[in-house]
Amino acid sequence: MSQETLLILAVVVWLLPLLDFVVLIFLNKRIPRSGDWAGTSILFAALVLSFTILFVKLGAYHDQTLQTTFTWVNFGNVPGVGELKIELGLMIDNVAAIMLVVVSIVSALVHLFSIGYMYGDVRYGRYFAYLGLFTFSMFGIVLTNNFFLMYVSWELVGLSSYLLIGHWFEKKSAADAGKKAFIVNRVGDVGMFIGILILYATFHTFSFDVIFESIKSGTIPFGSEAWLTAAGILIFCGAIGKSAQFPLHVWLPDAMEGPTPVSALIHAATMVAAGVYLVTRTFAMMTADALMVIAYIGAITAFISATIAIAQNDIKKVLAYSTVSQLGYMIMGIGVGAYTAGFFHLTTHAMFKAGLFLGSGSVIYAMHNALHHANDHQTDAQDIRNMGGLRTKMPITFWTFLMYTLAISGVPFTSGFLSKDEILAGTLAYGELTGHWIIPIIGFFVAGLTAFYMFRLVILTFLGEHKDPHRFDAIHESPKVMTIPLIVFAVLSFFAFYSWNPIGAASGWFFHAVERPESVVPFAVAAANNEAFEATLHHVHAWAMLLSLAVAGIGIYVAFSTYYWKKINADAVAHAPVLKWLYKFFLNKWYFDELYQVTFVQGTDALAAAYRWFDNVVIDGFVNGVAKWTIGITYGVKHTWEEGRAGSIFYLTVFAMLSLFIGWQVAIGLLIQGASIVAKIECGLLGLGVSALTFFLFYVGVGGFDNKIVDGMVNLIAYLGGFLGLLMRKLQTGKVQTYLAFVLFGVMVFFLWFR
Amino acid sequence: MAYHFLGIGWLSWITFLPIIGMIIVLLIPKEARSAMKWTAVGITFLQVVISVLVYLNFNYNLSGINTQEGMQFVEKAKWIDIQSVSWFGRLRIEYFLGVDGISVPMVILTALISFIAVFASWKIDKALKGYMVMLLLLDTGMMGVFVSLDFFLFYVFWELMLLPMYFLIGIWGGARREYAAIKFFLYTLAGSVLMLLAMIALYFSVAIVDPATGEKIHTFNMLAMMNPANFQPDSLLVGFGTQMRAFAYLALFIGFAIKVPIFPFHTWLPDAHVEAPTAISVILAGVLLKMGAYGLIRISFPIFPEMAQKYAFALAILAFINIVYGALCAMAQKDFKKLIAYSSISHMGIVLLGMTALNTQGMMGAVFQMFNHGTITAMLFLIVGVIYDRTHTRDLDAFGGLALTMPKYTGIVTVAFFAALGLPGLSGFISEMFSFLGAFQVDKLRIITIASTLGIVLTAAYMLWTLQRVFLGKVNEKWGILLDVDAREMFMLVPLAIIILVLGIYPSFMLNVMTSSVNHLVNLIAQNGSAAALLQ
Repeated sequence: MSQETLLILAVVVWLLPLLDFVVLIFLNKRIPRSGDWAGTSILFAALVLSFTILFVKLGAYHDQTLQTTFTWVNFGNVPGVGELKIELGLMIDNVAAIMLVVVSIVSALVHLFSIGYMYGDVRYGRYFAYLGLFTFSMFGIVLTNNFFLMYVSWELVGLSSYLLIGHWFEKKSAADAGKKAFIVNRVGDVGMFIGILILYATFHTFSFDVIFESIKSGTIPFGSEAWLTAAGILIFCGAIGKSAQFPLHVWLPDAMEGPTPVSALIHAATMVAAGVYLVTRTFAMMTADALMVIAYIGAITAFISATIAIAQNDIKKVLAYSTVSQLGYMIMGIGVGAYTAGFFHLTTHAMFKAGLFLGSGSVIYAMHNALHHANDHQTDAQDIRNMGGLRTKMPITFWTFLMYTLAISGVPFTSGFLSKDEILAGTLAYGELTGHWIIPIIGFFVAGLTAFYMFRLVILTFLGEHKDPHRFDAIHESPKVMTIPLIVFAVLSFFAFYSWNPIGAASGWFFHAVERPESVVPFAVAAANNEAFEATLHHVHAWAMLLSLAVAGIGIYVAFSTYYWKKINADAVAHAPVLKWLYKFFLNKWYFDELYQVTFVQGTDALAAAYRWFDNVVIDGFVNGVAKWTIGITYGVKHTWEEGRAGSIFYLTVFAMLSLFIGWQVAIGLLIQGASIVAKIECGLLGLGVSALTFFLFYVGVGGFDNKIVDGMVNLIAYLGGFLGLLMRKLQTGKVQTYLAFVLFGVMVFFLWFR
Repeated sequence: MAYHFLGIGWLSWITFLPIIGMIIVLLIPKEARSAMKWTAVGITFLQVVISVLVYLNFNYNLSGINTQEGMQFVEKAKWIDIQSVSWFGRLRIEYFLGVDGISVPMVILTALISFIAVFASWKIDKALKGYMVMLLLLDTGMMGVFVSLDFFLFYVFWELMLLPMYFLIGIWGGARREYAAIKFFLYTLAGSVLMLLAMIALYFSVAIVDPATGEKIHTFNMLAMMNPANFQPDSLLVGFGTQMRAFAYLALFIGFAIKVPIFPFHTWLPDAHVEAPTAISVILAGVLLKMGAYGLIRISFPIFPEMAQKYAFALAILAFINIVYGALCAMAQKDFKKLIAYSSISHMGIVLLGMTALNTQGMMGAVFQMFNHGTITAMLFLIVGVIYDRTHTRDLDAFGGLALTMPKYTGIVTVAFFAALGLPGLSGFISEMFSFLGAFQVDKLRIITIASTLGIVLTAAYMLWTLQRVFLGKVNEKWGILLDVDAREMFMLVPLAIIILVLGIYPSFMLNVMTSSVNHLVNLIAQNGSAAALLQ
C-alpha cells in the first residue's frame, strides 16, 4: 500500500465519525432505532481501517513519518516576514498509528456497550451523535501534525465532553458538571494557547516538525532558554486541564455525572489521555526544567488522587480518582524521561480502565434494574456499601473486572504490570540521575495504594454477602451486547498483546515501534540524553521490578485483611484519633472544590458585581451628571428650564438656524473670495438647506415623540407641514437643540480658526 | 468599467437602493402592510445580490488603502466644486466611492444584516410605514459609510445613520426608550462633533495638485490625506508627531471610540441595545459598532500612522479593559439582552487588540473579527428576540429547561453561544486567534495579550452559565410548552449559522479578500509612521 493510500485512509478514518455525527444529529428521529446501528457500524469500519493503517505502517514504513499538508490560510507577502502561510496537515508515525487503534477500539466497543446500556434513553440518538463528534475530534488530536489543528481538536473534544457529561441536563448536577469541565479545561487551554502564541511569534508556523527543526538549529523563542521552558510548560498546561492533573483535576470526578459508557470512553481511556499524548508529541522540545515540572505535577497528582480514592464509596468516584492517579503516573513517566513507558501505560491503561468503567456500568445497570424492580428509589445504585456478593450473579462482569484490577494493580502476566514496571524503573533512574528521589518514592507508594483501593473495590462489590437478599435475587448478568466488550477488554489486558516476554516490555513490538525522540533543545538545558537514561534504567530495572511486586503484594494483602478477612477494622482505623482527621480530609477530596469555590468562583462573582456597580453608578452617574449640569448652566436654574422652555425654544431655533446659515456663508465666502455670484448663491442655498434640514431633524428628534409627528414624518407632504407647524406653534420640549446651538457655534469658531 | 447598471455604478446602487425603497414605501398606502414589508425585503435582497456580485468580482491582488488604482468599483464625480481661484485654492468635495479588502467584508455584512433585520421586523405593529422608512434610511447611511472614500461624504453618511437610529430606538423601543435614545444620540453627537473638527482641520491642511490646471486644491479625499507629502507647509496638521496632530488623532479617536464602543465611552450601548427592538439591536451590534473600528482602520491609522504607533500601547490597555471588563459586566447581568450587549463590548475589545498590533495577523484578525462578531452577535440578539416574543421577558432566571421544549431553538443557540465563546471550528475562534497572534508578536503588547486571554475563560464561563440557566435544568412550568422556532425565525438564523460554520472551517473565503489590503495597510503605517514621515 502506498504512502498516499495510507494517508487517504487516515483522512477517511478521521472523517467517518464526523459523518456519523452530522447524519445522526439531524436525522436521529427519522431513522430506525435512532441510528445506533449506523454509529456503531461506522465506528467498527473505522476500527478496521485503523488496524489496517497500524499494520501497514509498522510493516512497510516502520521508521518513516508520513505527512500530508495543505495551505489553509495564505497571509500573502507579510511586511517584515515575507510570504507567509498557515499549512495544516496530518501525519502518521508509529505513535499516531497506535493511538488511532486505541481510540478506535475503545470507541467502537463503547458504542456497542451503549446499545445495551443506553437503550430507551430520552436522547438516545443524540447520544450516539455526540459520541461520533467526540471520536472525530479525538482522531484529530491523534493525527494532526501541527499545534493549530491540535488546539482545534483539543477544544472540540472539550465540547463533546461538555455535551456528553450534560447528557441528562435536566439534573442540575449534570449540567453543573458539564459546565465545570468545560471551564476548568479552558483554564488549561488558555495556557496552551499562550504556549502556542510563543511558538508562533518565534517560528511563524504551527508545524511540529518545522518548530522542532528550528529549535534544533538554535532558534529559540525570544532568544531565551527561559522562554523555551515557559513555552513547554504552557503547552503542558493544556495537558494539565485535559488529563485532569493537579491543580485542575477537580472536573474529572464530577464528570462522572455523564452516562457510564461516556466515562469509559472519554473520562478514562481516550480524552483524558490526550494530555499524555500531547506531552509525547512535544517531548522533543521540553527542556530539563520543563520535564521536571511535568514529572512533579504527575507525581503530585498521582499521590493526591490515590489518597482520595481510598476513601470514596461511589464505585464511579473510586474509578475516577484512580484514573486521575494513573494519568498522573503517565505524565510522571514521561516527565522523568520514560517516554515509551508513559505512552505504553496510556495504551494498556486505556484498555483496562475502559473495561473497569464498563464493568462498573454493568454493575450499576444491574443494581439499577434490581432497585427499580423493588421499587426502591432511595438506595444509591452506585454506592459500593450497598453491594457485595455480586460475583455469583454476574460472573462475566466479575471475572473480567478482576482481570482489569489485576492489571491496574500491576500483577505479573498483565499488561499493567509491564507498563507500570517500566514507569517505576524510569522514576528510579531519574532519581539516580538527578537526585529527585521523592518522585520514585511517590511512584512506589502510589502503586501500593492503587492495589489496595482497587481490591477494596472488588471485595466490597463482588465478594462477601450482598446487603439486601431480596434485592440480590433481582440482580442479573447484563446482556451480551454489554458483556462482549467486557470480555474483549479483559483479553486485551493480557501481556501477550504487547510483548512476548511477561516480565519485559522492552522485548515487545511496542517498545520497538515507539522510541524516545532525541531532544532538540540546546544541550545546556536538555534532560539526560537517551544513552545515559537507558544505561541508568538498565542498572535499576531489577530493583524496580522487585519493589513494584512487593508494594502491589502489600496493597492487595492489606485490602484482603481489611475487607475480606476483616482482620483490620476499617471503621476503627477511620475513627482513630489522628487518622480521623486524615480520613475526613481524604473523603472530602482535600477540600479542593471548597477552596476553588471561595477563591475563584466567588471572587469572580464579586468582581463582576463590583464592575456592574461601577458601570451603572460611577460611569453612568458621571454621564447623567454631565447632562444635568449642562442643562443647569444653559438655563441658569432648574425652574427656568421647566417653565421657560416653550419660549426659549423658538428663539433658540431661530438663533441656531441663523448661526448655521451665517456660518456657512462666512466659511464659503472666506474660502472662495473670488467666486462668482452664482456660485456663492448656490453655496448659500445649499448651506441654508443643510442647516434647515439638520436643524429640523434634530428638533423633531427631541420633541417629536407623539404620533402626530411620527405620521408627519412618514408622510412626505406632512413632513414639511409638520416642520412648519412645529416651528410656528413653538411647542414641544427640547434638549438637543441647545447642545446643537452650542456645537454649531463651536464649529463655526473652529472653522474660522483652522483656516 | 464594466461594473455599471443603467450607467450607475454598483456601489451607488447598493448605497442608494434603500432610498428608492424608502420612496416606494412612502407611496404605499398605510393599509398595505405586507406590501411595505416585501418592498423592504426586495430592496435589501437586491443589496445582498450586489454585495455578492462585488465579492465575486473582487480582484484579490489589488490592495487599495491609499491608492485610487488599488480601489475597486470606483466611482468618482465632482459633487461640490467651486472653480473660482483665490489665495486659498479651490473647494472640492467629491462623490468618491470605492472598496478594498477592508471594506468589502463590511459591505457584505451590512447587506446581510439589513436583509435579516427586515425579517426580524416582521411583527412591528406601530407605524410600520415610518419604521420601514427609517430602517431603509439607516441602511443607506451604513452602507455609505463603508464605501465612501471622501471624508466629507463619509461624515454625511455617518450623520445620516444617526438620525433614523434615534427614531428607531426612541419610537419603537422598550420602556425606557426615550432615555436610551437621547443617550445614544448625545454620545454619538459628541463624537461626531470631535470628528468634524478633526475633519475640518485635515481639510485645511491637505492639498493636492489638480492635474488639469496645476493648481493646489484642498480636498476631503481620504487617500490624499494618507500621503504625508500632501500636507501643506505651515498648515495645522503638517509635520510628524506634533501636538496638533496628537489632538486631531485624539479627536478622531474619541469620535470612533464612542461607536466601537471603547471603555469608558460605552455606557450608551447597554441601554440602547436593551431598549431597541430586536431588529435594531441586531443592526446596532451587527453593523454600527463596526463603523467605529472601521473608522479607526480606514481613517485614523493611515492618516496618523505615527500616532497609531505611539498610542498603540494605550489602545491595547483599553482593549484589555474592554475584553475583561465587558466580560465581567456581562457575567453580572440578569437581563438576557444586556448580557449580550456587554459581551459585544468584550468582543469588540478583541478587534481593538488585533488592530493595535499593527501587523498582518493582528489587523486581519481585527477585520475578520468585525465580520464575525457581526454575524455571531446578530444571531445572539435574534435569539433573545425569539424568546422575548414568546414570553415578553428577558429575565435570565425566569426560564430553564428550554432545551426540552424548544430543541431546534436550543440547537441554534448552542451554535451561537459556542461561536461567541470562541470554539474552534466556528468563525469567532479564527479571528480571536489571529488577533491574539498578532498582538503577541509585538514586544510591548505581550503582557497585555497574555492578560487579555483571561477573557477567553470568562467568556466561556458566562456563556455556559447563561446556557445552563435558560436552557438546561428543569422546565419552568410558568411558560408551559413554548412554540419552537418557526420558519421565519429559522430563515433568519440558519444562514448566519452556516456562515459562521463555513468561515470557521475555511476562513480563506473571507481572508483572501483582505490579505493584500491588510498587508499594504500594515506596510503603509510602518513606513509613514517612521522613516518616510521624517522627510517632512
